Order: sequence, then C-alpha cells, then structure tokens
Amino acid sequence: MAYPHSHPRETRILSEHFGEIEATTLDGWIERGGYKAVEKALGSMSREQVIEVVKESGLRGRGGAGFPTGLKWSFMPKDDTLPHYLVCNADESEPGTFKDREIMRWTPHQLLEGCIIGSYAIGASHCYIYIRGEFVDVIPVVNQAVVDAYSRGYLGRDILGSGYSLELTVHLGAGAYIAGEETGMLNSLEGRRAEPRIKPPFPAAKGAFGMPTTVNNVESLAVVPHIVTNGGDWYRQWGTEKSSGTKLFSCCGHLQKPGTYEIAMDFNLKDLLYDLCGGPPEGREFKAVIPGGSSVPILAADELDAECSYEGLEAAGSMVGSGGLIAMDDSTNMVHAVRRMVEFYAHESCGQCTQCREGTYWAAKILRRIERGGGREEDIPLLLDISANMAGKTICVLSDSAAAPIVSSIQKFQDDYMALIAKGQHAAVGT
Amino acid sequence: MQATETTTRATSLTIDGTDVTVPEGTTIWEAARQLGIEIPVLCHDPRLRPVGVCRMCVVDVGERVLAASCVRQCADGMSVVTQSDKLDRCRATLTGLLMSDYPDESRRQVTTADDQLLELAERYGIERGKSALPRGNGRPDDLSSPVIAVDHSACILCDKCIRACNEIQHNDVIGRTGKGYGTRIGFDLDNPMGQSTCVACGECASVCPTGALTNVQLTAPLRPRSALTSVDSLCPYCGVGCTITYHIDPEENTVVYADGRESPGSQERLCVKGRYGFDYSRHPQRLTMPLIRREEFYPKGALSSDVRGARGARRRKKPGGLVDYDEVMPAFREASWDEALDLVAGRLKEIKDTHGSSALAGFGSAKCSNEEAYLFQKLVRAAFGTNNVDHCTRLCHASSVAALLETIGSGAVTNTFGDVGNADVALVAGSNTTANHPVAATFIKDAVHNGTTLIVIDARETGIARHAHHFLQIEPSSDVALYNAMMQVMIEEDLVNHDYIRDFTEGFEELREVVRSYTPEAAERVCGVSADKIREIARVFARAKSALIFWGMGISQHTTGADNARCLISLALLTGNVGRPGTGLHPLRGQNNVQGASDAGLIPMMYPDYQSVADEKVQAKFEKAWGIPLDPKPGLTVVEIIGGALSKEIRGMYMMGENPFLSDPNTNKVRKALAALDFLCVQDIFLTETAEFADVILPASSFFEKTGTFTNTDRRVQVGRKALSSPGEARLDWEIVCDVARRMGYPMAYDSTEEIFEEFTALAPSYAGLTHENLQPTGKLWPCPDPETGDGIQILFGDGFPTPSGRGKFVAAQHQPPAELPDAEYPFVLNTGRLLEHWHTGTMTRRSRALDAIQPQAFCEMHPEDLAELGVETGEPVHLATRRGSIVLAVRASTATPRGNVFLPFHFREAPANILTHDKLDPFGKIPEFKFSAVKVEKAEAASA
Repeated sequence: MAYPHSHPRETRILSEHFGEIEATTLDGWIERGGYKAVEKALGSMSREQVIEVVKESGLRGRGGAGFPTGLKWSFMPKDDTLPHYLVCNADESEPGTFKDREIMRWTPHQLLEGCIIGSYAIGASHCYIYIRGEFVDVIPVVNQAVVDAYSRGYLGRDILGSGYSLELTVHLGAGAYIAGEETGMLNSLEGRRAEPRIKPPFPAAKGAFGMPTTVNNVESLAVVPHIVTNGGDWYRQWGTEKSSGTKLFSCCGHLQKPGTYEIAMDFNLKDLLYDLCGGPPEGREFKAVIPGGSSVPILAADELDAECSYEGLEAAGSMVGSGGLIAMDDSTNMVHAVRRMVEFYAHESCGQCTQCREGTYWAAKILRRIERGGGREEDIPLLLDISANMAGKTICVLSDSAAAPIVSSIQKFQDDYMALIAKGQHAAVGT
Repeated sequence: MQATETTTRATSLTIDGTDVTVPEGTTIWEAARQLGIEIPVLCHDPRLRPVGVCRMCVVDVGERVLAASCVRQCADGMSVVTQSDKLDRCRATLTGLLMSDYPDESRRQVTTADDQLLELAERYGIERGKSALPRGNGRPDDLSSPVIAVDHSACILCDKCIRACNEIQHNDVIGRTGKGYGTRIGFDLDNPMGQSTCVACGECASVCPTGALTNVQLTAPLRPRSALTSVDSLCPYCGVGCTITYHIDPEENTVVYADGRESPGSQERLCVKGRYGFDYSRHPQRLTMPLIRREEFYPKGALSSDVRGARGARRRKKPGGLVDYDEVMPAFREASWDEALDLVAGRLKEIKDTHGSSALAGFGSAKCSNEEAYLFQKLVRAAFGTNNVDHCTRLCHASSVAALLETIGSGAVTNTFGDVGNADVALVAGSNTTANHPVAATFIKDAVHNGTTLIVIDARETGIARHAHHFLQIEPSSDVALYNAMMQVMIEEDLVNHDYIRDFTEGFEELREVVRSYTPEAAERVCGVSADKIREIARVFARAKSALIFWGMGISQHTTGADNARCLISLALLTGNVGRPGTGLHPLRGQNNVQGASDAGLIPMMYPDYQSVADEKVQAKFEKAWGIPLDPKPGLTVVEIIGGALSKEIRGMYMMGENPFLSDPNTNKVRKALAALDFLCVQDIFLTETAEFADVILPASSFFEKTGTFTNTDRRVQVGRKALSSPGEARLDWEIVCDVARRMGYPMAYDSTEEIFEEFTALAPSYAGLTHENLQPTGKLWPCPDPETGDGIQILFGDGFPTPSGRGKFVAAQHQPPAELPDAEYPFVLNTGRLLEHWHTGTMTRRSRALDAIQPQAFCEMHPEDLAELGVETGEPVHLATRRGSIVLAVRASTATPRGNVFLPFHFREAPANILTHDKLDPFGKIPEFKFSAVKVEKAEAASA
C-alpha cells in the first residue's frame, strides 16, 4: 500500500510496481522479471510475430486517439532500404493527465522494454523518447535507465546476441503542448518549431527526418512487454471486445483520493469515481467530469454511469482520450472552468491555422467577457459559431480540442452562462 | 508512397458535379482552377510550396474534416464540393476572425489597393466595425526597414513571406515566433526587420496578400497598378538582367514601384537594387543642359575637394556620397546643344588633324545598350579613325574573355545560370554571388536545396559559401596552384574523361606535363587548404555526372587572371563538362550590358561579334559597310589609354557613361592623366568625378528614358523600354553620338534604335535574325537559329568548339605570385570588391534613396583578431595606405575576411579604393589586379597625428 492510493479493484499490470523504488533500477527490474520479454521477442520471435501478437491483444493507442497499435506498426514499409524510427511520445501535457509520468518515474525499464520490442517490430534502428521538458524529476530516472540498459547490452549493437541493433536517444521538449501532437513532435525533434504537419503523408510514410516512423504513446509501449510475455489472449481477458486490457486513469480535481489508477477497460466510471477515488469532498456532489483529458467533451453528473471503454464513454457522450480524469463538484462555475481550458489552448495554439490561432483567442476573450459581467445573450451563438468553425477544419486537432469543452458546456451547463449574463445585465441596468 | 512509381497516372474525380481528369498529384485547388472554379485562398501561390494554413480554401470531400484544397491531392472517385452554405459560413467566419483585429487602414489597400483580405471581407459582407468580437490587444508596427513597412496587426500568418524568403530567395530570414494569438512573423531571432539579416529583396512584400508587408514610398505616392502606366522593361544594374514591370506616374515622370516580371531567366525574382534602386534617375543632380568649362578654370584639374584628394576632405560638412555641385558647378557654364556639339566635334577633329587619329580615344560603357555601344565604337573607328575604344569590361572579365577566346573560341558563357538546377556539382570560384548577382545566386541556392553539391572556392567567406557543401578558403592569388593540383589528382587517379579529351580537346599532354609537379601537398603550402581536402574536391568534381563552373572577379582581377580562367576551363575540358545539360562555363558578367557591349565591338582589337581588326577580310567587310577606310592596328585598352594620356600619346577623349576616376586602378595616376588631356568630353547623366576634368559635359539619358537591347550574362538579348522622359534638355545617347559623328564629317542617320540594331545584327552573325520585335516579351539567347519561334541556343558546344581545329585547347598555367606582395611595411593584403546595395562607382546607387539609406557609409572589413591586435574597435576609423596613396574610413569586424586581409568596397568616393590599388596588368587580358595590393593599416588618430 505504498503507492498513494492503490485499491483492490484495480487490475495492476503496468502499475504493479509503482511505488517500489527498487523497480526503477535495472537490477531491481530484472529481479521483478524484467527484460524477459525483450529476450523472448528478439531471441525467438520474428518481427511479424511480434506485430501479430500485439494485433491479437487488441491493444489500442493510449495517447488519446485509440488507434490499434499492431495495425499502426503494420503500416511501416517492409523490405525498403530507408532507416525507420520509433518515436515514443512522452510529452505528456494534456491538462489533467499524468499517467505516463508515473510509468517513467517508477518503471523506466518497462518503457525501455516496450521501446526495444516496438523498434524491433517496425525495423527501427533508432528510437527517440521525446520527454516533456518540465518532467525534471522523471528525466534523470529515464536517462539512468538508458545508460544502464546500454551497459548491460539491452541497447546498442547486437542486442543480447540477436543481431539486432538499436540506438536510443532521450530528447527533451522545450515547453510546447503542441509538441505532443505526433507530427508537431517530429518537427520539434528535427529542430524545427513544433508545428503539426499536413497529413497525408502520415509518419509511417514520411516521419522523422522524412523517413518511415511510428509514434507511440508511453503507456502503449510499456504494456507491450506484458503482451509479448503472456500473449494476446491473456490481455484480452480484461475489458471488452473493442477495448481490451487495462488502462491507467490519472484522476484529479474534486476527489477524496486523487491519483493514478489502473482499471480493466470495462470498469464503470461511477465506481472509479466513488469507489477508487473516494467520491467528491465531504458535503459536495459531482457537477461535471471530464474523463479523458481536457480535450474531450464534459460529462454532466447524470451521465457518469458509463463503462470506461472506448465505446462506452463514446456512448456516454465523451471519450477515453488520454485517461486524464478531471472531476468538478458543485462549487464549480463551468464558465470559469471552460475559460481556463480555452485559455490554455489559446496559449498553446501553434499559430498556423487561422481558426485555431484566432478562434481560441477570441473564444477565450468572449468567455472572459461573460465571466466579468459583460456578456450578452448573442455571445452564446457566437461561441457556438466560432467553435463550429474551429472543429474539423484545421491541420491538427488542437482546435477541435478547444472547441469540445465550449460546446459541451453550453449544451449541458447553459444555466451557468445565462446566470452570469443576466447578472451582468442586471448590474448594468442598476448603474 | 513507393518511390518506384514514376509514370504519371491520371486521376478522375468530380468537382461541383463536373467530371474532371487530371494528372496524379494535382491538388484540388489546381484542378478546380483548370475547370474555371476559383476557390478563395490567402496562403497559396503556385510558386510556393502549399502549406494549407489559412484554411480559406477548405472544401468538402465527404470526410469528417474539411480538406484544404491547396494541399489535398485529387483522388480517384473523389467528389468535391467547393461551394455550399456550410463552406460559405466557414469562410465568412474565418474572414470575420481575421478582420476583427485588422487595422483601420490597411497599408496595401491605401496604396496599391490589392488587399486580398479586404476583398474577401467585401465578398462575405463583413464589416469590421460591426463585428461582435471584442477588439484584441493589437500587434505592433515595425518601420525599421527603409523599404518595407511591417504591420503585424495586418498579418494573417499566411506564411507566404516566410516561404518567399526561404524557398524563392533562400535567405531564411523570416520565420514564425510565439504561440497562439502571440504568433508573429519574426526576422532572425525576432529582431526588427531593419536590424535583421534581411537583404531587402522585397520578395516578401511582393507575395503578401494583406497590409502586413508593403513597399515604402520612394518617389511619388504608391497607387493601384491600374491607375499607373506599366512598362515592361529590365533592371539597369547587373548582368543577370532581371525582367521588371515598372509602374510609372506619368505626371510626376517617375517610377513609383517595380514588380518582377515572368521570364525564363529571372522568373519574377528581384534583389534590392532592382526592386528599390530605380529612383536615381530623377535625382535633382541630373544634368539637364550641356556644360562648357569656363576659361578661368584652365589649366584643368579636379574641382571638388574629394577628387583633388585634399587633406581634410573627409571632414567636409556635408556627408559623403555625392559630388558637391556647389564646389564644381561654378567651373562650368550652360551652353546650347549646337555650341557644345560644335565644340566637341571641332576639338576632336582638330586633335585628329594635328596629332593623328591615334591621339584620340573613346570609352564606351557597359551600362549603355547594344545600339549605343555599336554606334559608339563606330564613331571611334569610322569618325575618329582609330581602334582606341574600350570600356569597363576590361576591368572585370577581360582576362576571362581572353582565355575563353583562346581556348574554346568564344568569350561568352556556354550555358545559362539557371541550368545549375540540372548540375550534379556546381563550382563557384571567386564570386560573391549573393552580393553581385543576387538573383542568379537564388538559382544556385535552389539547386543546392534540390540536391546539387556546391563547391565554393574563395579567399573570403562570402554569402554563397554559407550554402556550400565544400568551402575552400584559399590564400589570395593561389588559384592556379589549387586548380593545377585538382587536375593533378584527376590525372593521377585516372578520373579524367578520356573520351571527351580524345574527341573534343587538344593540348592534353602539355597540360599533364605542367600539372605533374602540382601535388596536393605542394599546393597545400601555397593555398592553405589541406592536401586531403584538395583530393576530396578533385574527386567530387571529377565524379560528378554534370558540373557547372561559375566564376567572378576573384578569378579575373589578377595579373594572373587569364591563367586562373584557363585553369577553370581546363577543369571543365578534362572532365567533359561542356555542352550538356548541367555543365558548362559561366563567368558571371557584371554590368547589365557587359556581354552586349563586348558583342557590339567596344573592344580595341575587335569589331562587333569578335571579328578581329587585324584580319584583312574583316576590315574589308566593315569598310564596305561603313563606307570609310579603317585602321588595321589594334587599339589601346582602358588602362593603356590612361597611361597614354599621361604620356601625351592620347590627347583627346570622349567618354560615354564611364567614370574611370573611381573605377580605374591607381587613382592618383588617373587624376594626372585626366588633367593632362588636351580635350575631354564626358557624356553622362550626373556630373561624375571624371567629369570634373571635362572641357564639355553632355547631358545624357538614363536607362529608364530609352529603348534599346541589352544582353545579359546568359547571352539573352532583351529589350529595355522607355518608361520616363529625359529631364531638361538631356538627350538620348545614340542621338548625341550621331550628332558628333556628323559634325566630324562622318554622316550617321538613324530614325530609331531598331534601325541601329538592324545594322548591327547584319554585321554580327551571332545576332543574326534578331529584331526588337521578335525579342518581345522576354528576349532570346544568341545564337538563335530560328528567331521567329525559338528561344535561342541555351547550351553551346555539345559537338566541338568554334576554334580553327574545332577542339577545345588546354592551356596550362604555372603558379605565379601577385605583382605586389606584402612586406614588413605593408603587411596586409588589400582586396577590393562590391556590396549588395551599391553599384560600382556609386553614381546611381548613392543617389537612390533606399540603397543609400541601407548602406550609407564607406567602410572596410577586417578580421576581428587583426583589429584586436591593432587596438581598433569595429566602427572606428582606420588609415589604409599603400605605396600609391592612403584613405581613412571606418572598419567593420568580420570573420568573412581572413586574417591578414582587408576587404574594401570601391563604391565610396569619399574613401576611393583605387587610390590604393596598383595598375600592373595581366599581360594577356590587360586587366588590373584589383584583388591584391600590399597595404598598411593603422588606427586613424595615430596616422593623422
């Protein structure tokens, strides 16, 4: 019971050794069965077999989009002579999300194993871990793990005598949220501004340095060793047909026991909130919950009885996203909360696409106006119009992400808006 | 995705219900345009890589996300909707977002009235004042550049300027900075534009769709193109010969602004001089009346303190840069054309009658047209009766031309600069291309971007060296040793093209003998480049599938200039790099008509089209054509004529548009020579330093005031058109020449420059068939076998050379040191050259408001470590002295100039570089050694004390 609040209803695969300081060391990790998966994959499996077992497991990308990992790997060209790259997206910056940080902080070798196996599967000769620069406490842990892995022959030339060689570089971000978008990340990795690229071409065709590249999230890679060791069916014992396995949810906000929890993907959101997280603070009720990071639609209190699977949360009107759960109790004014989120996106827009650069700025400005009592009823349709123009029309989805909380909060919490507008108008009349 | 698929497939789709088939890879925007459907867009231009950021061009392709049509490629079976309520709403909202913070007054709309955002706003009925959006905090103005106004609040971040700067001009100055609403275009590390490395080419302002980047007013107020008169013409500056459309205010008689014009050579690109340096022609100092020297100002001598070389001239009250008319004008009185012309013709005739024809000489100019050059040499040859006619080509590429004529039988380029795009390897030797041929440099940079390997060899680390894969910073004047060593490696390692040598060359054995001793190790001691690097470069060059060689003054302006050029020619012959795409020899020509002026016969030993004056048959041909006996004796060259003036061998001179006082070496000698002339007539647009020594000054017309043909560095003959009328009583140069000839008893009568051109082309086989009419609109390359349909021959000598044997000749050269070596007293090497913003003796550019504002002061450049040893800070004055004279000017620290060297631009009359240079000549090309003199440098206070 060392890790902040572990709970018996969790299914701890990734997080089994969270909180054990020895697990961060190479010896400690090997004592816990580490690097067996690497030995197995490189020693006795072909690339295709590795991809196949990951496909069988039904693992979907844990960064937010939920794209099947094995399928993504299979898009990498075969029999070409170009260098391939695996880029691990460790630029975890989504508001409310801190699960990758926990994986890297407690089990860096778990991630390295995933990187090695993933690189092997896609034929990469070089792997980059792009870590968010603000993770000052995590970076030395990962760096030490990389040094140790090299010293023991898990990285470098001819890994464990398998004939497979892999170089691994840890690259630090410099403080831009948009560098977490996969093509923005590739630009940043290349030394350019982290501006998302136009797709197609997708990274598998033309990624880092113009070469075939796969970008995977930390959590997606970290679970791969377990799948390689235990098989696809083993992983499928949890979750649903479309959402197999377990998922880390980092839960924060108005909760009695905030923290990172690993649950099977068919777990109920309400149970997560009340049972694992201990429910709202004393005397409070939940007002709204964002289940998957600030980029996904907000759920109202009456929408929380949902399965935490991709399809389940979608049916409820939201998404799994990154698994960054933000709970808000009835002391929250939603206009205030949404304005904070939109300001974040306005600040982090890379500035390329007009409606994102301008739209996020104007939306934040209008929300501020409403909050300060200068709002007008026409501001509601104006916000919806701007949001409609922001979603689905830009190079990347940052603009969509900014629009999501605006639209869902207006749909579900219009009273908060109208109250502020009315209060402002009342005050204006009074003077 | 698979690189193996090379054949272009067709793709069929429907756009707005219409079926269309386009080649695979076509964007939806382009396909729609072909159907006549115009999709609104702000960030796209077919010349630029599409980026899809403005999102105005989004279309519905039936996906969740609307696609930007400028980037999305057509796909089979795709059904595209470009117009719908949804799309209109999207575009209107976008326009509204952009408009909400747009400045009340768009600088583009109030000047040229072509603001594309306001056009969209009008289409979607968006009025900024009625926007429901709150006002933003605004974004700042940046007025630090003298030529481009930056209004960040009008910037819509469409990225066009960034791509124009990076992808067309390859200057890489503009980028994005900041995030979100704070995103702005930034110059370098977000410096003000005027303090950045921006070279003010104006490409950004020319592509900007809004009021963000606009041209500053230089003459009359900027107005819409439709309200001005447009004239398709050329740039008056360098040999690249960029095509320009000038927009003229006829009432003000001035160019208001200039646009790059589509043509095979310059492809709409311009540099700072072409785009912003047009206003010199309306400078108040323009000569408008003939001037005759007053009696009391004889005996002749310099008039202004600068030209006199008076002590303390540098402390003059008015800033340097221009002749002080208050000082010089009192020496002259205005006269009628009749009086002036009678005087000129009378005095010249008198000298001819008394001292013989060979006592007369004329300097034509490479700034004048082919027609004027042709007439001028005809005047000197037919009316003066001498071949003493030359021009400034003597000072730039005479050695190159001599070497080319000697080895391959033709003095012009064998291929165009634009073909560098097809070259596997490009070698740029002794050429500061980005400063002196900026637009040609953009094509070299393009090629590098697309995979051409660039080798730059220079004593200075010039701008183009920054783009090189291999930069060899050699010791000044060590070229022959380096190239011989490269050839030694090629022969030693058997990297030469045996088939080519056997079929197309002669003299290989002699070359082999000479270069045998030039091992890379031996060359290393002379050149300062490691033997390994020399080997590497030799291999890179020899193994290239195609290699193109460019060179400039760094090769030619040496006493070994012809030898330097011979080596480069041998390199090309040895490796078979002539006569195929991506190969060739390209000496980058300096003046806008330096090629044409030579073609037209402003050469003392050659009639038009390089026909030797010593050849009896040729002489007979021209005697017949011109109806007068001609002198078979080759004439004197530029520097020889100045020497002749000093020795009284030359007594009378006529100068059309040349300023030898500043351009010729050893100014103190030139000053004495000019003063010694019995009679000097100067025909120019300003009272130049040289004109101070004149008996008669004739006011001529500027480039903008006349129609004529000009031949660029590519051999492209193009028509420059009259855009303005001449001021006062200034006349066209060709008319003045005709009048002088007539008054000297040799009749010349033409109705137009077309008629002169006709006479010239009839005598010059290379120009056969060309007429003003068929040169429209973008000129033709000579030779042009099918002038009515063809563009002329781009690549020459694929099957041999116009030499007697039909073969290219290897002429081997031995390394020789320069004429004046540094010693204990004069320990530094002086290297003179040019700057991007100025032109030669500054007559034009220092009278251009923009160019003078960007580069107002004389300076020289030295390595910071040398400055530290001298105890001089950058910006402080230094005293430069050679055995011939001294000047004082500011010094700038620059690591581009190697230690032990001083780089000195020669544009500045207040610190004339040629006070310092010596006049030893290359024996073959008769070109002076502008690139190497021994100089002493001292902190200025110490020197003047």
